[in-house]
Amino acid sequence: MSVVISIAQVLVAIGAALCVLRLVRGPSLADRVLALDTLLVTIVVEVALEAARDDDGRNLDLLLAVALVAFIGTISVGRFIERRGAR
Amino acid sequence: MRVVVDVASGALMLLGAGFVLLAGAGLHRFDDVFSRIHAATKAVTFGVLLVAAGGALQLTTAADVVRLVLAAGLQLVSSPVGSHILARAAYHSGTELSPATRIDQLADPDDTIDGPLDAG
Repeated sequence: MSVVISIAQVLVAIGAALCVLRLVRGPSLADRVLALDTLLVTIVVEVALEAARDDDGRNLDLLLAVALVAFIGTISVGRFIERRGAR
Repeated sequence: MRVVVDVASGALMLLGAGFVLLAGAGLHRFDDVFSRIHAATKAVTFGVLLVAAGGALQLTTAADVVRLVLAAGLQLVSSPVGSHILARAAYHSGTELSPATRIDQLADPDDTIDGPLDAG
């Protein structure tokens, strides 16, 4: 079972690397915000897989915290972009 | 019985991880902020739901399962709101659309002389 979850974790890690690449390349601010949002949710998935692999719920509080930060961050930067422009 | 649960949860988690990978690929496959939002948020939300379902089958403590389900529910509720606000902000701040865009229903009607939408 842990082998299957490790394979899944590698897949998710590749997805996270793609998010980081988009975060670096931009080009617009909305692209970067979208990449950061996706990256944070990817971290949520990674932590959930880790907890499932070890049957250890100590890190599961991270899920709610990181998901909330991603949501609030996306919304606040979205409002900011709307006022200032997407450069 | 244990084997059935293991196979089901492993398949769910692999499928969810595949969707997260597809979201990362979608961030590069599409050439427009809006289509990237479309690709990333939906695939990632589905991936979170699948991984949470698979993980809930593996965890043995009830409190852990509850937290996992809460996180998945929060993602399900917050992702459409966040992506909508992001897309609206990107449009109103003048982000250019992809050249392949056919229909722009938010555009100023005076600008779309040769638009494909002909409601008449």
